[in-house]
Amino acid sequence: MTEAQHLQAILRLGDDALVLGQRLSEWCGHGPILEEDIALTNVALDLIGQARNLYTLAGSREGQGRDEDALAYFRTDREFQNHLLVEQPNGHFGDTVVRQMFYDAFALERYAFLARQTVDPDLAGIAAKAVKELQYHWGHSSQWVIRLGDGTEESHAKVQESVIALWGYTGEMFMADDVDVACAEAGLLPDLEGVQRAWSVRVADGLSQATLSQPEDGWMQRGGKQGIHSEHLSYMLAEMQVLPRTYPNATW
Amino acid sequence: MTDADRISRAWTLVRSVHDPELPYLTVEEMGMVRGVRVDHGQIVVTLTPTYSGCPATDVISEDVTSAVRAVEPDARVEVVLSPAWTTDWILPSAHAKMREHGIAPPEQASADRAFLTGEGKVIPCPRCGSRDTKMVSAFGSTACKAHFTCTACLEPFEHFKCI
Repeated sequence: MTEAQHLQAILRLGDDALVLGQRLSEWCGHGPILEEDIALTNVALDLIGQARNLYTLAGSREGQGRDEDALAYFRTDREFQNHLLVEQPNGHFGDTVVRQMFYDAFALERYAFLARQTVDPDLAGIAAKAVKELQYHWGHSSQWVIRLGDGTEESHAKVQESVIALWGYTGEMFMADDVDVACAEAGLLPDLEGVQRAWSVRVADGLSQATLSQPEDGWMQRGGKQGIHSEHLSYMLAEMQVLPRTYPNATW
Repeated sequence: MTDADRISRAWTLVRSVHDPELPYLTVEEMGMVRGVRVDHGQIVVTLTPTYSGCPATDVISEDVTSAVRAVEPDARVEVVLSPAWTTDWILPSAHAKMREHGIAPPEQASADRAFLTGEGKVIPCPRCGSRDTKMVSAFGSTACKAHFTCTACLEPFEHFKCI
């Protein structure tokens, strides 16, 4: 594992957390009920907090004077290396909770490993905090998928569509590239095959409780980790970055 | 003045800082102050944030810095993430104060397993003491609280989540 690969691994973790956090924050004021408006923005807050910690760590490791804001606001879409899943639009509430359940199941496994590894104690500290938060997120997303799937005929049909539509974005999370392989060999990141096994068990159990069918594994979308994104990310970044790019160094 | 005296004087000032979200509690009672030390002649207060994204963390750091700078002009705050903060660090004195203010304190050590495994957990109502309560949402007005309602006195209340 080179220093550059180590840095890239931290940035990718931060990118997933920031992009999903930003997506969820779009629900602010639009939740189906007040409690859900609050819940989704609470989850967003946790994720953006995790991203801040990860970017601050990445910036200090990089040593080029970039802070959390420079990494969040002054990189282009091609420089973001988040998974395609987390940048997908919110859609309806069912789409959002299914996307969240797929991510939470993945993030729980990943962060549990990160909290245990001893290669990077600073990263372990961030992960130890994050894993506690992610357990609450998983509880929330999986319970909603179960409630909607095992709910009315209409909610079942809608959330089954969400599962089918988002399934093709799940495979990418387990496709190791040379950064993943080098970092796993060094003990910094988990082996993605093991993560996939644990994820599959967790998700299959959730879907079965929700009386939803699990789609067949077909073609899986890929490219996020290499900076090749769906069109949705650019629009999201344009909105997220417009203020600091229009008024650099603005403070209030 | 010895280092020990300076540390004890700084501690007194740190103890005067309250949590902006729970103003009847000090940051010390919240278990966020990890320590005060002298580092190359400079007073350093170490704090551990409660949640990754808690917006109060920045305010608390500023409040602690300005409180201690009243006597130590170059004092600084260092944010330490590891080990991660847990509700187990909240001082016992804080529990009674939370109840007085209508918040059910964290009930059990560390992770809130009952919630995570889907089993119902009994959180007594801080107003009437009834154990006939239900969780409305695991997420409340701040990152650290869940939203409950009491089915006996019908009052809504908040519960400080165990993490």
